[in-house]
Amino acid sequence: MARIIVVTSGKGGVGKTTTSASISTGLAKLGHKTVVIDFDVGLRNLDLIMNCERRVVYDFVNVIQGEASLNQALIKDKRVETLYILPASQTREKEALTKEGVEKIINELSERFDYIVCDSPAGIEHGALMALYYADEAIVVTNPEVSSVRDSDRILGILQSKSRRAEMGQDPVKEHLLLTRYNPDRVEKGEMLSVADVEEILAIPLLGVIPESQIVLNASNQGVPVILEEDSDAGQAYEDAVARLLGEQREHRFMASQKKGFFSRMFKGG
Amino acid sequence: MNPARQCFQIKSASVSMTALELYFFDESEFDQSLRDKINQAPGFFRDTPLIISLEKYEGPSSELDFFKIIGNCRRHNIHVIGVRGGTDDQRRLARGASLALLPGGNQRDREISEPAVEDAAGVAAGQNKAQTGPVRSAEQSGAAPARIVSQPVRSGQQVCASEGDLIVLASVQAGAEVLAAGNVHVYGPLRGRALAGIHGAEHARVFCQSLEAELVSIAGQYKISEDLQDNGWKTAVQIQLKDDSLVVTPLDRG
Repeated sequence: MARIIVVTSGKGGVGKTTTSASISTGLAKLGHKTVVIDFDVGLRNLDLIMNCERRVVYDFVNVIQGEASLNQALIKDKRVETLYILPASQTREKEALTKEGVEKIINELSERFDYIVCDSPAGIEHGALMALYYADEAIVVTNPEVSSVRDSDRILGILQSKSRRAEMGQDPVKEHLLLTRYNPDRVEKGEMLSVADVEEILAIPLLGVIPESQIVLNASNQGVPVILEEDSDAGQAYEDAVARLLGEQREHRFMASQKKGFFSRMFKGG
Repeated sequence: MNPARQCFQIKSASVSMTALELYFFDESEFDQSLRDKINQAPGFFRDTPLIISLEKYEGPSSELDFFKIIGNCRRHNIHVIGVRGGTDDQRRLARGASLALLPGGNQRDREISEPAVEDAAGVAAGQNKAQTGPVRSAEQSGAAPARIVSQPVRSGQQVCASEGDLIVLASVQAGAEVLAAGNVHVYGPLRGRALAGIHGAEHARVFCQSLEAELVSIAGQYKISEDLQDNGWKTAVQIQLKDDSLVVTPLDRG
Protein backbone atom coordinates (compact mmCIF):
# COMPACT_ATOMS: atom_id res chain seq x y z
CA MET A 1 0.00 0.00 0.00
CA ALA A 2 1.26 3.43 -0.91
CA ARG A 3 1.38 6.37 1.44
CA ILE A 4 -0.88 9.03 0.00
CA ILE A 5 0.33 12.56 0.68
CA VAL A 6 -1.60 15.67 -0.29
CA VAL A 7 0.19 18.99 -0.71
CA THR A 8 -2.38 21.64 0.06
CA SER A 9 -2.76 25.18 1.44
CA GLY A 10 -6.10 26.82 0.79
CA LYS A 11 -4.39 29.95 -0.45
CA GLY A 12 -2.97 30.18 -3.94
CA GLY A 13 0.60 31.05 -4.89
CA VAL A 14 2.23 29.86 -1.69
CA GLY A 15 4.30 27.12 -3.32
CA LYS A 16 2.17 23.97 -3.47
CA THR A 17 3.32 22.87 -6.91
CA THR A 18 6.96 23.76 -6.21
CA THR A 19 6.68 21.68 -3.04
CA SER A 20 4.92 18.76 -4.76
CA ALA A 21 7.66 18.66 -7.40
CA SER A 22 10.49 18.78 -4.86
CA ILE A 23 9.00 16.38 -2.33
CA SER A 24 8.16 13.77 -4.96
CA THR A 25 11.56 14.14 -6.61
CA GLY A 26 13.22 13.88 -3.20
CA LEU A 27 11.35 10.69 -2.31
CA ALA A 28 12.17 9.15 -5.69
CA LYS A 29 15.84 10.13 -5.41
CA LEU A 30 16.04 8.01 -2.28
CA GLY A 31 14.80 5.05 -4.31
CA HIS A 32 11.10 5.12 -3.41
CA LYS A 33 8.70 4.47 -6.26
CA THR A 34 6.80 7.75 -6.40
CA VAL A 35 4.05 9.24 -8.53
CA VAL A 36 2.94 12.86 -8.37
CA ILE A 37 -0.60 13.73 -9.51
CA ASP A 38 -1.63 17.20 -10.65
CA PHE A 39 -5.17 17.83 -9.36
CA ASP A 40 -5.27 21.37 -10.72
CA VAL A 41 -7.56 20.49 -13.63
CA GLY A 42 -7.89 23.41 -15.98
CA LEU A 43 -4.65 25.15 -15.08
CA ARG A 44 -1.84 22.60 -15.27
CA ASN A 45 1.43 23.75 -13.72
CA LEU A 46 3.15 20.68 -12.43
CA ASP A 47 4.30 19.44 -15.82
CA LEU A 48 6.01 22.80 -16.44
CA ILE A 49 7.93 22.66 -13.18
CA MET A 50 8.82 19.03 -13.85
CA ASN A 51 9.81 19.97 -17.41
CA CYS A 52 7.70 17.35 -19.11
CA GLU A 53 5.00 19.54 -20.67
CA ARG A 54 5.99 18.55 -24.18
CA ARG A 55 5.48 14.89 -23.41
CA VAL A 56 1.87 15.12 -22.18
CA VAL A 57 -0.42 13.08 -24.43
CA TYR A 58 -3.10 11.79 -22.09
CA ASP A 59 -3.99 13.16 -18.68
CA PHE A 60 -5.68 12.42 -15.38
CA VAL A 61 -9.19 13.13 -16.70
CA ASN A 62 -8.67 10.92 -19.77
CA VAL A 63 -7.87 8.05 -17.46
CA ILE A 64 -10.86 8.72 -15.19
CA GLN A 65 -13.16 8.77 -18.20
CA GLY A 66 -11.66 5.59 -19.61
CA GLU A 67 -10.22 7.24 -22.70
CA ALA A 68 -6.69 6.15 -21.87
CA SER A 69 -4.99 3.64 -19.64
CA LEU A 70 -2.93 4.67 -16.66
CA ASN A 71 0.22 3.47 -18.43
CA GLN A 72 -0.49 5.71 -21.39
CA ALA A 73 -0.96 8.76 -19.19
CA LEU A 74 1.92 8.30 -16.74
CA ILE A 75 5.04 10.21 -17.73
CA LYS A 76 8.39 8.86 -16.62
CA ASP A 77 10.72 11.50 -15.26
CA LYS A 78 13.95 11.87 -17.21
CA ARG A 79 16.14 12.76 -14.25
CA VAL A 80 15.05 10.44 -11.49
CA GLU A 81 14.56 6.76 -12.19
CA THR A 82 11.61 5.91 -9.95
CA LEU A 83 9.50 9.05 -10.48
CA TYR A 84 6.32 9.33 -12.55
CA ILE A 85 4.02 12.25 -13.24
CA LEU A 86 0.27 12.11 -13.88
CA PRO A 87 -0.54 15.45 -15.48
CA ALA A 88 -3.78 17.41 -15.20
CA SER A 89 -6.00 18.24 -18.11
CA GLN A 90 -6.03 21.80 -19.34
CA THR A 91 -9.22 21.53 -21.31
CA ARG A 92 -11.63 19.99 -18.83
CA GLU A 93 -13.69 21.19 -15.92
CA LYS A 94 -12.76 20.35 -12.35
CA GLU A 95 -16.07 18.51 -12.04
CA ALA A 96 -14.62 15.81 -14.29
CA LEU A 97 -12.88 14.56 -11.14
CA THR A 98 -15.37 12.22 -9.51
CA LYS A 99 -14.83 10.56 -6.17
CA GLU A 100 -15.23 7.10 -7.72
CA GLY A 101 -12.95 7.91 -10.64
CA VAL A 102 -10.21 9.28 -8.39
CA GLU A 103 -10.53 6.33 -6.04
CA LYS A 104 -10.11 3.83 -8.86
CA ILE A 105 -6.91 5.50 -10.04
CA ILE A 106 -5.50 5.92 -6.55
CA ASN A 107 -6.15 2.24 -5.84
CA GLU A 108 -4.44 1.21 -9.03
CA LEU A 109 -1.43 3.46 -8.36
CA SER A 110 -1.34 2.25 -4.79
CA GLU A 111 -0.38 -1.23 -5.95
CA ARG A 112 2.56 -0.01 -8.00
CA PHE A 113 3.99 2.86 -6.00
CA ASP A 114 5.34 3.53 -2.52
CA TYR A 115 4.28 7.18 -2.46
CA ILE A 116 1.45 9.05 -4.15
CA VAL A 117 1.86 12.82 -3.93
CA CYS A 118 -1.29 14.80 -4.74
CA ASP A 119 -0.72 18.38 -5.83
CA SER A 120 -3.88 20.23 -4.77
CA PRO A 121 -5.31 23.29 -6.52
CA ALA A 122 -5.83 26.43 -4.42
CA GLY A 123 -9.15 27.10 -2.73
CA ILE A 124 -11.51 24.82 -0.88
CA GLU A 125 -13.66 23.84 -3.84
CA HIS A 126 -14.22 20.52 -5.53
CA GLY A 127 -10.70 20.06 -6.94
CA ALA A 128 -9.05 20.72 -3.59
CA LEU A 129 -11.51 18.42 -1.81
CA MET A 130 -10.80 15.62 -4.29
CA ALA A 131 -7.04 16.06 -3.84
CA LEU A 132 -7.23 15.69 -0.07
CA TYR A 133 -10.05 13.14 0.19
CA TYR A 134 -7.93 9.98 0.00
CA ALA A 135 -4.88 11.38 1.83
CA ASP A 136 -3.11 9.60 4.67
CA GLU A 137 -0.90 12.61 5.30
CA ALA A 138 -1.04 16.27 4.44
CA ILE A 139 1.72 18.77 3.87
CA VAL A 140 0.15 22.15 4.56
CA VAL A 141 2.17 24.76 2.69
CA THR A 142 2.03 28.12 4.42
CA ASN A 143 3.67 31.49 3.88
CA PRO A 144 4.57 33.48 6.97
CA GLU A 145 1.72 35.96 6.65
CA VAL A 146 -1.67 36.23 8.33
CA SER A 147 -3.98 35.41 5.42
CA SER A 148 -2.01 32.34 4.41
CA VAL A 149 -2.02 31.08 8.00
CA ARG A 150 -5.76 31.63 8.22
CA ASP A 151 -6.36 29.66 5.00
CA SER A 152 -4.12 26.85 6.23
CA ASP A 153 -6.15 26.70 9.39
CA ARG A 154 -9.29 26.41 7.30
CA ILE A 155 -7.84 23.59 5.22
CA LEU A 156 -6.75 21.78 8.41
CA GLY A 157 -10.37 21.91 9.56
CA ILE A 158 -11.47 20.43 6.25
CA LEU A 159 -8.86 17.65 6.50
CA GLN A 160 -10.32 16.76 9.88
CA SER A 161 -13.92 16.73 8.70
CA LYS A 162 -14.12 15.96 4.98
CA SER A 163 -11.30 13.51 4.23
CA ARG A 164 -12.01 9.82 3.80
CA ARG A 165 -10.21 9.10 7.06
CA ALA A 166 -12.50 11.53 8.88
CA GLU A 167 -15.65 10.20 7.22
CA MET A 168 -14.73 6.60 7.98
CA GLY A 169 -13.76 7.41 11.55
CA GLN A 170 -10.20 6.16 11.00
CA ASP A 171 -7.04 7.69 12.47
CA PRO A 172 -6.95 11.33 11.42
CA VAL A 173 -4.86 12.55 8.48
CA LYS A 174 -1.31 13.18 9.69
CA GLU A 175 -0.54 16.89 9.36
CA HIS A 176 2.77 18.53 8.52
CA LEU A 177 3.48 22.24 8.39
CA LEU A 178 5.83 23.44 5.65
CA LEU A 179 6.67 27.10 5.87
CA THR A 180 7.79 28.49 2.51
CA ARG A 181 9.15 31.86 1.35
CA TYR A 182 10.65 32.38 4.77
CA ASN A 183 12.82 35.45 5.04
CA PRO A 184 14.54 35.79 8.44
CA ASP A 185 15.58 39.39 7.76
CA ARG A 186 11.98 40.42 7.19
CA VAL A 187 10.90 38.48 10.28
CA GLU A 188 13.42 40.46 12.32
CA LYS A 189 12.00 43.70 10.98
CA GLY A 190 8.54 42.53 11.96
CA GLU A 191 7.32 42.36 8.35
CA MET A 192 6.68 38.62 8.49
CA LEU A 193 5.41 36.15 11.05
CA SER A 194 8.13 34.06 12.66
CA VAL A 195 8.28 30.27 12.62
CA ALA A 196 7.26 30.30 16.28
CA ASP A 197 4.24 32.53 15.55
CA VAL A 198 2.95 30.22 12.83
CA GLU A 199 3.59 27.08 14.84
CA GLU A 200 1.80 28.62 17.79
CA ILE A 201 -1.27 29.50 15.75
CA LEU A 202 -1.60 26.32 13.71
CA ALA A 203 -0.38 23.90 16.38
CA ILE A 204 0.81 21.16 14.01
CA PRO A 205 4.31 19.64 13.71
CA LEU A 206 6.82 21.54 11.58
CA LEU A 207 8.12 19.57 8.60
CA GLY A 208 10.44 22.26 7.31
CA VAL A 209 11.16 25.87 6.59
CA ILE A 210 12.05 26.79 3.01
CA PRO A 211 13.90 30.10 2.75
CA GLU A 212 12.76 32.69 0.24
CA SER A 213 15.20 32.55 -2.61
CA GLN A 214 15.72 33.62 -6.20
CA ILE A 215 16.91 30.08 -6.87
CA VAL A 216 13.38 28.72 -6.35
CA LEU A 217 12.04 31.02 -9.06
CA ASN A 218 14.89 30.28 -11.45
CA ALA A 219 14.53 26.55 -10.97
CA SER A 220 10.77 26.70 -11.63
CA ASN A 221 11.31 28.69 -14.79
CA GLN A 222 13.84 26.19 -16.03
CA GLY A 223 11.67 23.21 -15.20
CA VAL A 224 13.93 21.85 -12.47
CA PRO A 225 12.49 20.83 -9.09
CA VAL A 226 14.48 23.03 -6.69
CA ILE A 227 15.49 20.03 -4.56
CA LEU A 228 17.86 19.11 -7.40
CA GLU A 229 19.73 22.39 -6.84
CA GLU A 230 21.71 20.63 -4.19
CA ASP A 231 24.01 23.53 -3.36
CA SER A 232 21.19 25.96 -2.68
CA ASP A 233 19.70 26.58 0.75
CA ALA A 234 16.16 26.03 -0.59
CA GLY A 235 17.20 22.71 -2.17
CA GLN A 236 18.79 21.55 1.07
CA ALA A 237 15.77 22.67 3.07
CA TYR A 238 13.55 20.49 0.87
CA GLU A 239 15.98 17.59 1.28
CA ASP A 240 15.69 17.97 5.05
CA ALA A 241 11.89 18.04 4.78
CA VAL A 242 11.87 14.79 2.79
CA ALA A 243 14.14 13.16 5.38
CA ARG A 244 11.80 14.25 8.18
CA LEU A 245 8.81 12.97 6.23
CA LEU A 246 10.55 9.58 6.25
CA GLY A 247 10.94 9.74 10.01
CA GLU A 248 14.46 11.07 10.33
CA GLN A 249 15.21 13.68 13.01
CA ARG A 250 16.98 16.67 11.53
CA GLU A 251 17.58 20.06 13.01
CA HIS A 252 15.84 22.96 11.29
CA ARG A 253 18.13 25.22 9.31
CA PHE A 254 17.90 28.54 7.46
CA MET A 255 15.73 30.09 10.14
CA ALA A 256 18.13 32.75 11.38
CA SER A 257 19.26 35.67 9.30
CA GLN A 258 22.75 35.25 7.92
CA LYS A 259 24.92 38.17 8.87
CA LYS A 260 27.28 38.00 5.94
CA GLY A 261 30.85 39.01 6.71
CA PHE A 262 33.29 40.40 4.23
CA PHE A 263 35.00 37.05 3.63
CA SER A 264 31.90 35.02 3.06
CA ARG A 265 30.79 37.63 0.56
CA MET A 266 34.10 37.32 -1.21
CA PHE A 267 34.15 33.56 -1.33
CA LYS A 268 30.50 32.69 -1.82
CA GLY A 269 29.74 35.52 -4.17
CA GLY A 270 27.25 37.17 -1.83
CA MET B 1 -29.87 -12.21 12.45
CA ASN B 2 -32.74 -13.09 14.72
CA PRO B 3 -35.68 -14.32 12.61
CA ALA B 4 -38.21 -13.09 15.16
CA ARG B 5 -36.71 -9.62 15.12
CA GLN B 6 -39.23 -6.84 14.74
CA CYS B 7 -38.85 -4.14 12.25
CA PHE B 8 -39.09 -1.51 14.99
CA GLN B 9 -39.78 -0.92 18.60
CA ILE B 10 -41.55 1.98 20.25
CA LYS B 11 -39.46 3.54 22.93
CA SER B 12 -40.03 6.37 25.26
CA ALA B 13 -37.73 9.23 24.40
CA SER B 14 -37.26 12.45 26.16
CA VAL B 15 -35.60 15.15 24.18
CA SER B 16 -34.90 18.66 25.25
CA MET B 17 -36.35 21.02 22.69
CA THR B 18 -36.66 24.61 21.81
CA ALA B 19 -40.03 26.21 22.48
CA LEU B 20 -41.27 29.44 20.98
CA GLU B 21 -43.52 31.15 23.46
CA LEU B 22 -46.01 33.10 21.45
CA TYR B 23 -47.74 36.13 22.92
CA PHE B 24 -49.56 37.35 19.84
CA PHE B 25 -49.17 36.78 16.15
CA ASP B 26 -48.38 39.42 13.60
CA GLU B 27 -46.70 38.07 10.55
CA SER B 28 -44.22 40.84 9.83
CA GLU B 29 -43.30 41.31 13.46
CA PHE B 30 -42.92 37.57 13.89
CA ASP B 31 -40.61 37.33 10.92
CA GLN B 32 -38.52 40.29 12.05
CA SER B 33 -38.11 38.97 15.60
CA LEU B 34 -37.23 35.53 14.29
CA ARG B 35 -34.63 37.02 12.00
CA ASP B 36 -33.10 38.95 14.90
CA LYS B 37 -32.92 35.84 17.05
CA ILE B 38 -31.30 33.83 14.29
CA ASN B 39 -28.73 36.52 13.63
CA GLN B 40 -27.54 36.17 17.20
CA ALA B 41 -26.63 32.54 16.66
CA PRO B 42 -26.88 31.68 12.99
CA GLY B 43 -25.80 28.05 13.17
CA PHE B 44 -27.85 27.09 16.15
CA PHE B 45 -31.28 27.29 14.60
CA ARG B 46 -30.50 25.45 11.41
CA ASP B 47 -32.70 22.37 11.02
CA THR B 48 -33.81 22.57 14.60
CA PRO B 49 -37.23 21.25 15.68
CA LEU B 50 -39.45 23.77 17.40
CA ILE B 51 -42.67 23.65 19.36
CA ILE B 52 -45.02 26.59 19.65
CA SER B 53 -46.05 27.20 23.21
CA LEU B 54 -49.52 28.75 23.46
CA GLU B 55 -49.80 29.01 27.23
CA LYS B 56 -49.15 32.71 27.25
CA TYR B 57 -50.88 33.52 23.99
CA GLU B 58 -53.02 36.62 24.43
CA GLY B 59 -54.12 37.43 20.90
CA PRO B 60 -57.42 36.28 19.41
CA SER B 61 -57.48 32.67 18.22
CA SER B 62 -58.62 33.87 14.81
CA GLU B 63 -55.24 35.55 14.23
CA LEU B 64 -53.38 32.37 14.90
CA ASP B 65 -52.30 31.30 11.40
CA PHE B 66 -50.20 28.19 11.84
CA PHE B 67 -49.58 27.86 8.12
CA LYS B 68 -47.90 31.26 8.13
CA ILE B 69 -45.91 30.42 11.26
CA ILE B 70 -44.73 27.14 9.76
CA GLY B 71 -43.89 28.85 6.49
CA ASN B 72 -41.95 31.62 8.21
CA CYS B 73 -39.95 29.17 10.27
CA ARG B 74 -39.40 26.91 7.30
CA ARG B 75 -37.76 29.74 5.39
CA HIS B 76 -35.14 29.83 8.14
CA ASN B 77 -34.82 26.04 8.17
CA ILE B 78 -36.64 25.68 11.45
CA HIS B 79 -39.17 22.86 11.65
CA VAL B 80 -42.32 23.47 13.67
CA ILE B 81 -43.39 20.06 14.89
CA GLY B 82 -46.15 20.76 17.34
CA VAL B 83 -47.94 23.04 19.77
CA ARG B 84 -48.05 22.97 23.52
CA GLY B 85 -51.04 24.13 25.56
CA GLY B 86 -53.66 26.44 24.07
CA THR B 87 -57.43 26.39 24.01
CA ASP B 88 -59.48 23.74 22.24
CA ASP B 89 -60.05 26.09 19.31
CA GLN B 90 -56.35 26.84 18.99
CA ARG B 91 -55.46 23.18 19.18
CA ARG B 92 -57.99 22.39 16.45
CA LEU B 93 -56.29 24.96 14.23
CA ALA B 94 -52.94 23.39 14.99
CA ARG B 95 -54.21 19.95 14.14
CA GLY B 96 -55.54 21.38 10.89
CA ALA B 97 -51.98 22.39 10.07
CA SER B 98 -50.77 18.82 10.77
CA LEU B 99 -48.98 19.80 13.95
CA ALA B 100 -48.57 17.43 16.88
CA LEU B 101 -50.43 18.32 20.07
CA LEU B 102 -48.49 18.34 23.29
CA PRO B 103 -50.13 18.75 26.66
CA GLY B 104 -49.92 22.15 28.21
CA GLY B 105 -47.50 23.49 30.48
CA ASN B 106 -45.76 23.18 33.63
CA GLN B 107 -45.51 19.42 33.65
CA ARG B 108 -42.08 17.87 33.47
CA ASP B 109 -40.83 15.40 30.92
CA ARG B 110 -41.47 12.42 33.11
CA GLU B 111 -45.12 13.21 33.56
CA ILE B 112 -45.83 13.17 29.87
CA SER B 113 -43.68 10.29 28.82
CA GLU B 114 -46.43 7.73 28.23
CA PRO B 115 -46.30 6.46 24.66
CA ALA B 116 -49.77 7.85 24.06
CA VAL B 117 -48.57 11.40 23.97
CA GLU B 118 -45.45 10.85 21.96
CA ASP B 119 -45.73 12.30 18.55
CA ALA B 120 -44.84 10.57 15.33
CA ALA B 121 -41.20 11.47 15.59
CA GLY B 122 -40.98 9.71 18.92
CA VAL B 123 -40.33 12.94 20.65
CA ALA B 124 -41.82 13.83 23.96
CA ALA B 125 -41.29 17.41 24.70
CA GLY B 126 -41.67 19.13 27.97
CA GLN B 127 -39.88 22.04 29.40
CA ASN B 128 -39.04 23.35 32.75
CA LYS B 129 -40.88 26.46 33.68
CA ALA B 130 -40.40 28.81 30.84
CA GLN B 131 -38.25 31.88 30.98
CA THR B 132 -39.80 34.91 29.47
CA GLY B 133 -38.40 36.51 26.39
CA PRO B 134 -39.76 38.82 23.76
CA VAL B 135 -40.84 36.16 21.28
CA ARG B 136 -39.37 32.87 22.19
CA SER B 137 -37.67 31.34 25.11
CA ALA B 138 -35.93 28.08 25.44
CA GLU B 139 -34.01 26.29 28.11
CA GLN B 140 -32.75 22.82 28.64
CA SER B 141 -33.70 20.47 31.38
CA GLY B 142 -31.50 20.03 34.42
CA ALA B 143 -28.27 18.17 33.82
CA ALA B 144 -27.45 18.21 30.14
CA PRO B 145 -24.09 16.57 29.49
CA ALA B 146 -21.25 18.86 28.46
CA ARG B 147 -19.88 18.48 24.98
CA ILE B 148 -16.12 17.99 24.98
CA VAL B 149 -13.92 18.77 21.98
CA SER B 150 -10.25 17.86 22.14
CA GLN B 151 -9.11 19.02 18.69
CA PRO B 152 -8.55 22.65 17.77
CA VAL B 153 -11.67 24.25 16.32
CA ARG B 154 -10.33 25.53 13.01
CA SER B 155 -11.26 28.54 10.92
CA GLY B 156 -14.63 27.99 9.23
CA GLN B 157 -15.70 25.30 11.69
CA GLN B 158 -18.58 25.67 14.07
CA VAL B 159 -19.14 23.61 17.19
CA CYS B 160 -22.40 23.92 19.08
CA ALA B 161 -23.52 22.40 22.38
CA SER B 162 -27.24 22.99 22.05
CA GLU B 163 -27.77 21.78 25.61
CA GLY B 164 -25.36 22.32 28.44
CA ASP B 165 -21.73 23.38 28.37
CA LEU B 166 -19.09 23.23 25.69
CA ILE B 167 -15.54 22.38 26.70
CA VAL B 168 -12.76 22.82 24.16
CA LEU B 169 -9.41 21.34 25.18
CA ALA B 170 -7.51 23.16 22.45
CA SER B 171 -7.59 26.46 20.65
CA VAL B 172 -10.57 28.08 18.98
CA GLN B 173 -9.01 29.59 15.89
CA ALA B 174 -9.76 32.89 14.22
CA GLY B 175 -12.75 32.43 11.96
CA ALA B 176 -14.13 29.56 14.04
CA GLU B 177 -17.29 29.73 16.13
CA VAL B 178 -18.22 27.91 19.35
CA LEU B 179 -21.72 28.07 20.82
CA ALA B 180 -23.32 26.62 23.92
CA ALA B 181 -26.62 26.77 25.74
CA GLY B 182 -24.56 26.87 28.93
CA ASN B 183 -20.97 27.91 29.56
CA VAL B 184 -18.13 27.88 27.07
CA HIS B 185 -14.75 26.71 28.36
CA VAL B 186 -11.69 27.03 26.16
CA TYR B 187 -8.49 25.51 27.52
CA GLY B 188 -6.39 27.19 24.89
CA PRO B 189 -6.40 30.54 23.15
CA LEU B 190 -9.85 31.82 22.17
CA ARG B 191 -9.23 33.52 18.83
CA GLY B 192 -12.59 33.05 17.15
CA ARG B 193 -16.15 33.74 18.27
CA ALA B 194 -17.63 32.32 21.46
CA LEU B 195 -21.34 32.50 22.27
CA ALA B 196 -22.57 31.24 25.63
CA GLY B 197 -26.16 31.10 26.82
CA ILE B 198 -27.52 31.02 23.30
CA HIS B 199 -31.02 30.23 24.57
CA GLY B 200 -30.96 33.20 26.85
CA ALA B 201 -29.29 31.81 29.98
CA GLU B 202 -27.91 34.98 31.49
CA HIS B 203 -25.85 33.15 34.11
CA ALA B 204 -23.73 31.49 31.41
CA ARG B 205 -20.06 32.40 31.26
CA VAL B 206 -17.13 32.15 28.90
CA PHE B 207 -13.80 30.93 30.26
CA CYS B 208 -10.59 30.93 28.26
CA GLN B 209 -6.83 30.58 28.73
CA SER B 210 -6.05 33.48 26.48
CA LEU B 211 -8.58 36.06 25.36
CA GLU B 212 -7.91 36.91 21.71
CA ALA B 213 -11.50 36.61 20.57
CA GLU B 214 -13.22 38.15 17.56
CA LEU B 215 -16.47 38.22 19.48
CA VAL B 216 -17.81 37.08 22.82
CA SER B 217 -21.54 36.87 23.48
CA ILE B 218 -23.57 35.85 26.51
CA ALA B 219 -27.34 35.54 26.18
CA GLY B 220 -27.27 37.81 23.16
CA GLN B 221 -25.15 40.56 24.74
CA TYR B 222 -21.91 40.75 22.85
CA LYS B 223 -18.60 42.52 22.56
CA ILE B 224 -16.34 42.51 19.54
CA SER B 225 -12.57 42.25 19.49
CA GLU B 226 -12.07 46.02 19.46
CA ASP B 227 -13.96 46.45 22.72
CA LEU B 228 -12.26 43.52 24.41
CA GLN B 229 -8.65 44.59 23.98
CA ASP B 230 -8.46 46.96 26.95
CA ASN B 231 -9.10 44.40 29.61
CA GLY B 232 -7.47 41.01 30.08
CA TRP B 233 -6.44 40.71 26.41
CA LYS B 234 -4.22 37.67 25.81
CA THR B 235 -4.58 36.50 29.41
CA ALA B 236 -6.70 33.87 31.14
CA VAL B 237 -10.10 35.36 31.91
CA GLN B 238 -13.72 34.66 32.50
CA ILE B 239 -16.48 36.72 31.00
CA GLN B 240 -19.91 37.07 32.55
CA LEU B 241 -23.02 39.15 32.24
CA LYS B 242 -23.56 41.76 34.95
CA ASP B 243 -26.34 44.34 34.64
CA ASP B 244 -26.72 43.65 30.95
CA SER B 245 -23.10 44.17 30.07
CA LEU B 246 -20.16 41.84 29.68
CA VAL B 247 -17.57 41.93 32.41
CA VAL B 248 -14.11 40.46 31.95
CA THR B 249 -12.23 39.30 35.04
CA PRO B 250 -8.84 37.64 35.26
CA LEU B 251 -9.00 33.98 36.26
CA ASP B 252 -6.14 34.05 38.74
CA ARG B 253 -7.95 36.62 40.84
CA GLY B 254 -11.25 34.79 40.71
